[in-house]
Amino acid sequence: MGDLGWIFISTLLINNFVLAYFLGLCPFLGVSNKLEVSFRLGLATIFVMVVTALCAWILNTYVLIYAPYLRLISFIVVIASVVQLIEMAIKKLSPTLFRALGIFLPLITTNCAILGLAIFATNKGYGLWEGLVYALGAGMGFTLAIVLMAGMRQEVEKANEMPKLIKGFAFNLIISGILSMAFMGFAGLFSSS
Amino acid sequence: MAKEQHAYEEFMKGLWRENPVFVQVLGLCPLLAVTNSAINGLAMGLASFFVLLGSSILVSLLKNYIPKQVRISCFIIIIATFVTVVDYSLAAAMPVIHKELGAFIPLIVCNCLILGRMEAFASRNTLRMSIADAFGMGAGFLFALVALGGAREILGVGEFFGLSLFGPNFEPWVIMILPPGGFITLGVMLLYFNWVEERKNQIDKQLAAEDGVN
Repeated sequence: MGDLGWIFISTLLINNFVLAYFLGLCPFLGVSNKLEVSFRLGLATIFVMVVTALCAWILNTYVLIYAPYLRLISFIVVIASVVQLIEMAIKKLSPTLFRALGIFLPLITTNCAILGLAIFATNKGYGLWEGLVYALGAGMGFTLAIVLMAGMRQEVEKANEMPKLIKGFAFNLIISGILSMAFMGFAGLFSSS
Repeated sequence: MAKEQHAYEEFMKGLWRENPVFVQVLGLCPLLAVTNSAINGLAMGLASFFVLLGSSILVSLLKNYIPKQVRISCFIIIIATFVTVVDYSLAAAMPVIHKELGAFIPLIVCNCLILGRMEAFASRNTLRMSIADAFGMGAGFLFALVALGGAREILGVGEFFGLSLFGPNFEPWVIMILPPGGFITLGVMLLYFNWVEERKNQIDKQLAAEDGVN
């Protein structure tokens, strides 16, 4: 439990994928204007990340020990196709779930957080369970960050005194900087152990 | 001569007028992640430049043979091949920098700037123009990386490319080389570009108004 729990908390808060590693910034800055939409995007990301971790483990264990130079290409191709297959399956089996997550699944596949997850998990030499917990933590960390961001942006929208110059990307980046600073506070969480 | 002019135009477009980072806001993940010093920014910029140039050439040569329906997958596989080449070459030639950049070299694949140029430009234009475009966009990205890395290194460590600038009494702003510094520096830079754009529009408007009066 100790090890897995540590992996989970550390990817969720301390090494948050968005705020500490700058992964998945495109959806983080692009899709975070509505709270509900970004929450659903977060859920879809958790789902894809867990699938990715599984695929990466299978590839690493059975295929890539024979051909390590194919790592990058095979990760991309396999993850994209598996997500596509799952999307079709969900469409068939559960239309409700498909309406909630559906449109996001293919978009997420090309997100660098997904490929980053596969590569980081490989570099750290995680096994199956560690990889899955890592993916869960990373996905939930992403959801947390994007939901916080969307909440703040919705509030800021209401302010009508904003100068035109600062609206848009520049302001979102500065908010993210402050959010990232707040998350740095979690770094002290494990210093004693 | 006219053709020469045109290629030059494409180059300048990428470098300044449609700078991929400051104007189009693309390719942020590698941009922010590795720019805690100017030298890392330079290495990342050169790696992306090479990938962009190589894939542009290949896509532009193969554009008539790639079926429309699967073009995106084809582009990604071409890009991933070049990224693998860069990854292994860097590991052999410059192990220190390779270690510093770590997992972010493979992540060049996900740089939306590169895929965007393949889709919007290289797959629709001649080889010559694609090379000019890749040079411009690559140089623009490189410029942004070095500018951001340089600014963060100067403020965060007080050095530029490892050269000490302010002497021993300088108190470094450690936050600048940590993740929040990346977000904030880029935010401020975008603000500056917005301001330049705004001013240019105002001047244009003024000129137009004066023309109207005369």
